[in-house]
Amino acid sequence: MNDTVISAENLSLTFETNDGPVHALKDINLDIAKGEFVSFIGPSGCGKTTFLRCMADLETPTGGEITVNGVTPREARKSRAYGYVFQAAGLYPWRTIGGNIRLPLEIMGYSKEDQARRVQQVLELVELDGFDRKFPWQLSGGMQQRASIARALAFDADILLMDEPFGALDEIVRDHLNEQLLDLWARTEKTIGFVTHSIPEAVYLSTKIVVMSPRPGRIADVIDSPLPKERPLEIRDTPEFIEIAHRVRDGLREGHADG
Amino acid sequence: MRNVLPVLTVVLALFALWYGGAVLLNKNWSYDKAQRAGVELSFSEMVKDTMTQEKPRLPPPHQVGAELWKTTGAMVQRGRAFSKRSLIYHGWITLSSTVLGFVFGTGLGILLAIGIVHNRAMDKSVMPWIIASQTIPILAIAPMIVVVLASAQVDDLIAKGVISMYLSFFPVVVGMVKGLRSPDHMQMDQMRTWNASRGQTFWKLRLPASAPYLFASLKVGIAASLIGAVVAELSLSQDGGLGARMLVGSYYGQTIQIWSALIAAATLAALMVALIGLIQTVTLKRMGMAQ
Repeated sequence: MNDTVISAENLSLTFETNDGPVHALKDINLDIAKGEFVSFIGPSGCGKTTFLRCMADLETPTGGEITVNGVTPREARKSRAYGYVFQAAGLYPWRTIGGNIRLPLEIMGYSKEDQARRVQQVLELVELDGFDRKFPWQLSGGMQQRASIARALAFDADILLMDEPFGALDEIVRDHLNEQLLDLWARTEKTIGFVTHSIPEAVYLSTKIVVMSPRPGRIADVIDSPLPKERPLEIRDTPEFIEIAHRVRDGLREGHADG
Repeated sequence: MRNVLPVLTVVLALFALWYGGAVLLNKNWSYDKAQRAGVELSFSEMVKDTMTQEKPRLPPPHQVGAELWKTTGAMVQRGRAFSKRSLIYHGWITLSSTVLGFVFGTGLGILLAIGIVHNRAMDKSVMPWIIASQTIPILAIAPMIVVVLASAQVDDLIAKGVISMYLSFFPVVVGMVKGLRSPDHMQMDQMRTWNASRGQTFWKLRLPASAPYLFASLKVGIAASLIGAVVAELSLSQDGGLGARMLVGSYYGQTIQIWSALIAAATLAALMVALIGLIQTVTLKRMGMAQ
């Protein structure tokens, strides 16, 4: 089990609100192995984003254990173990695309030459080479989101956490970015945690699909995908794909029936 | 060019209102004079007289314009631009204390805003005092500040600058606190995922994000600073300045002089606001924030 990257044990998180406690997460148990692509899917309020934020030390659990790279999320964050991609690209309007990608590198104290080299490298990785001197507003939404992924890839983190990164994009752009993301994952061998509410997206991308249900937020089903690593877009029409999608949908429905 | 017509209409309406007011306010004096001289004034004679009085209640625009020219352009032509009777000389005095107070006010405002944003205790304790400071009528405390500073042998220019600073730091504090807090939750979380220090978050996120807010505050601040300088000159009128011109004018009933000083001050304020606007456009463009 020494290739476990993220491990949660009886993880719980309760928010105290004026209307009483809200159980965002309850008794979550999950192991994520190195190099896996894990999707978290569920209706809003099921705690999928909260779970991801716990891994990133953006939320503090109120019960249970969670480790990232064998240490606490806080230590993992301090050692810059992960890159995090938010729902919105969140590029700084006063920085060029290159400048935005350089930002975390500046903060982490990489040398100037190293910064330039890495910016060039990740821009090529997300197919944005030649755009480093453009400002964010000169790019489309999909390109901006790609730049924000490049920014999360620029430094040496083995883990990539993505919170509905393509949620605001249209279907065609989304398909394209999904393909690119798979390609990128194959080349970089990173461990990816991916929050989504699209069933096809989750099935297409993941090696493991975690279906979650709300009130309290908990895991309803964990599906290990039998799909091969090589996945053309057409794989979505195969019986295997449709079968997994069915299982995900069933899991989601069950969660709803309880609630 | 589409804007020329409406703008011209408003300007013409203002002038018409001004002329009408001048006739209305000055006519009593015209009739009084005529009565004492034992003559009957026709309406047109009355109107003509209200336009040319030496000490009118409300000087009409052309009288103010003539006075402005006499104390600026005409003096430049005679090579006496910096004579003590020139508005350029007085405007320069007002400008120097305005700019001095503005620079220090802006600095103080930015420092206070940084403290307020980063320190919860300061946020709770200092902000109410800053707001309270602006509820005190500046006209009432300006003479006291000036007297206290004068007795402490402080230079007059600095004493006047302090009043300007007192008025101009406020909009800067309010604007900068808002500006430094303008980064949203996501941007702050993002900094956290990179394990950025508070200093890095400040220099790389908060400060650049606050730039548009800063410029908006600076425009209000420079205008407030000018008002501070004029008010301070009422207490330190021996040094001159546009405020002193207004004060001296009111002593001798020289309404034309008061109005021309007023117009000069307004012009000065407009020019400074325009200058800051220009710097804003250039800076934001270079930052890539203006599209």
